[in-house]
Amino acid sequence: MAPLPVYSKPFGSQQAERLLWRAGFGPRPGEAKALAAQGLRAAVLSLTRPQAEQLTGPAPTDRGAPIAPYDAFGHDHLWWLDRMVRSNRPLVERMTLVWHDWFATSNVGVGSQRLMLNQNETLRQGALGSFRDLLLSVTQDPAMLLWLSGVKNTRFSPNENYGRELMELFTLGVDNGYTETDVREQARALTGWRGRKRGDNAADFVYDTRLHDTGSKTIFGKSGTFDWTDSCRLCLEHPSHPGYLVGKLWSYFVPTAPTKATLSGLKALYGNGYRIQPVVEAILQHPDLYDGPRMVKPPVVFTAGLLRALGGGVDTILWARLGAGAGQRLFYPPNVAGWDDSRWLDTATFRGRWFLASLAFTGKPPQGGSSDPAKLLDRARAALGGPTLTTATSTALLDFAKKNRSSGAAVVESALRQLLVMSPDLQTC
Amino acid sequence: MACDDCNRTELLRRAVAEAGRGLPAIEPGMPLPAGTGLSRRSFVTHAAGFALAVYGGGRLSAALLDDGIAAAATGPQQPVLVSIFLEGGIDALSVLYPASDPLYAQLRPKLALPASSGLPFAEDPRLLWHPSAAPLATLHGEGKLTVLPAVGYDHPDKSHFTSRHYWEVGATDTHLLTGWLGRYLDATGAADNPLQGLSLDNGLQPALATARVPVASLDSPDRYGFSDPRLTSFPLEQQMLDSAGGLGAVHAAGHDPALRQAGSAAQQARALRGRLSQFGADFHPPVTYPQSTDDFPHRLAGLAAMLAAGLPLHCVALKAPGHYDTHADQAKALSDGLKLTADSLLAFQRDLEARGLADRVLVHVWSEFGRRARENGSNGTDHGAAGVGFLLGSRVRGGMVGEFPGLAGGLDEQGNLRATADFRGVYAALLEQWLGFDAAQVIPGAAQFQRPQLLR
Repeated sequence: MAPLPVYSKPFGSQQAERLLWRAGFGPRPGEAKALAAQGLRAAVLSLTRPQAEQLTGPAPTDRGAPIAPYDAFGHDHLWWLDRMVRSNRPLVERMTLVWHDWFATSNVGVGSQRLMLNQNETLRQGALGSFRDLLLSVTQDPAMLLWLSGVKNTRFSPNENYGRELMELFTLGVDNGYTETDVREQARALTGWRGRKRGDNAADFVYDTRLHDTGSKTIFGKSGTFDWTDSCRLCLEHPSHPGYLVGKLWSYFVPTAPTKATLSGLKALYGNGYRIQPVVEAILQHPDLYDGPRMVKPPVVFTAGLLRALGGGVDTILWARLGAGAGQRLFYPPNVAGWDDSRWLDTATFRGRWFLASLAFTGKPPQGGSSDPAKLLDRARAALGGPTLTTATSTALLDFAKKNRSSGAAVVESALRQLLVMSPDLQTC
Repeated sequence: MACDDCNRTELLRRAVAEAGRGLPAIEPGMPLPAGTGLSRRSFVTHAAGFALAVYGGGRLSAALLDDGIAAAATGPQQPVLVSIFLEGGIDALSVLYPASDPLYAQLRPKLALPASSGLPFAEDPRLLWHPSAAPLATLHGEGKLTVLPAVGYDHPDKSHFTSRHYWEVGATDTHLLTGWLGRYLDATGAADNPLQGLSLDNGLQPALATARVPVASLDSPDRYGFSDPRLTSFPLEQQMLDSAGGLGAVHAAGHDPALRQAGSAAQQARALRGRLSQFGADFHPPVTYPQSTDDFPHRLAGLAAMLAAGLPLHCVALKAPGHYDTHADQAKALSDGLKLTADSLLAFQRDLEARGLADRVLVHVWSEFGRRARENGSNGTDHGAAGVGFLLGSRVRGGMVGEFPGLAGGLDEQGNLRATADFRGVYAALLEQWLGFDAAQVIPGAAQFQRPQLLR
């Protein structure tokens, strides 16, 4: 088989900037340039094979006090957003976000921030490891057992909720090689988990053979006394699985569909042991990522990136509230299919992002200086780490600075920073 | 699987569409003022007072979008269709339950509601209204609510996302990317009035996804300001929004889909802000709406206020409150959601009546499917087939569309309710009888679906 194509044009700051946004939460000032100097392969490997975790900068707070992520409403969001901002392993956090969207579990159906954060840690541990291990972990994860009724699924009364989504969303894709009978039989195989609806003690969630249906099941035409591990194994061994997995994973990083050859190459990489890391490494070096069209930044990526660029920290519950207004409250995906990446931006969420940007600038007024329009725009750009701009955007912002010159340098510079952040250039990457 | 390698891209595309993710937002390529000759002309945005060149494909500037809304508002008043979605697949057999059917207690040993707590349903003595649906019973008694006791389609799909997608696009077609109301607006709507298709939600309702004309999404009409006392304030806010809208227009006319989406959002946000600045913190409704932390009653109150203010709304979509995917512990979740939904709908109808607007508005309430007749032992029910729906308004005929098929002969081989009305027939009838438009141009294969008589 032909090897997967690798981006071979110059890898400069602009490409490194895109890589940092797609595979993380954007550059800190100077980071894109430093990454570009390493060259493409080393740059990608620095993300996919990161150093031991380090969090740099002040810990998150709300009203001046340390946050209580297990207990205080909204502090779960703050806790993770802070990691996105401060971690030296941006791809690990970004992949954790991918899996949160993939195995989308909402605290609406779980009712325990502790169980949600436990699941989050499971996703983080498995972020770039084996999908097989990840799937087995998620299938027995207490939050998931609550969210998709796993604890209600017993031999006395099978519940199809997890069995259906296991195939439809997690491993195979809708109508991609299974039947309604397979759904029912999967439900039987998955029986045996028990747990407690109220309370947040992970130890309450156990496998109880008395609840398991020990009879023979027929799944994908194979028969046996299958249990939950067989359920997962049969999905992983299903011929539709590798293509579904690599195709869906690709879509988180590149907005255009991969060619047949690329898909076969990615499937071959994945087929060798269900490993996620080599697939991600290939996607991040693929020419389509650098030559193709832009992607709208998910709201939380936009937010974390803004804080990274400004050197700001997570210091108020407003980050969670306004994040919800922008269309992405962590730990509360809209449904089990996750967030809809095709329509992040509309008139409602535009306004949500406007407020997030205003919050990022709160307490950081411009220092002032020359009121020359070009210098004002330079200063506003520099405050954000010097992002690349399209000509249309710099022209429009320069026009704005000229028209409003009489309002004074500080007022115009503050407006320009907000307009920059809200420009289509910085909403996308 | 034979097709595993043959057409993976197609499969992926399908998967995307089937997960309900495939519908475009407010792009691509809109608005397109066909035949207006507006390309490569300069416009002056009204508030900032600077000229902005608009290039490529002849799209309109933010200022003209605003003009478009103003023009539409002074035109003849259009009927309004409101689509309300009960997300998750509400259990039809609880909303109107067959208390006297001996199979009911057998299939629902724990969930069956006692005959003593229900309200009678005139059209079919086998059925009783759920106590939380009392306001719907009231409206039905007044002839202002039509009931669809078993609405669905042949070969029902039990995936939330696929079935919902079918309802949203108005066809059992996973490839269709525009919503059924979106296609209607594409055929009849204005290139410069985003209020013609309004999602009252924190995001676009896919039934309104268009390919050509602009539509808008709004949390609530009284919440569309761009300043917040807790945050940095911008003395130049109006000029900034004008600039962002103008810049958005430039990108909205470009080639990159993501830049276009971001540009359109900015452009339309500015236009919308211009129209909604009149709404303060309260709409002063003439009736009392339910108090709730859920936005639904507030949004309906806002909708009535926007109509009263003469804003040019035509198709509106929003979600009802509640969690109806009741695999476990169904009784309370269903009852709570249904009560708030029904109470709010009654208040909305009374509000419209008090404002003299009731003849202009028709509400369609739907869910992606019903639930399994036999309960599942988690005190819940699994995904089913046909479900319950409603049409509400002073002009609807009342009565029923389709009938309740009964539990003895009305279940399919999987134990799910069979459909006695097809949702595409309902859509076709809404288009023809309420919106006055040829359904064949909107609903694929419209000719094959029987149209119920919806209006009195």
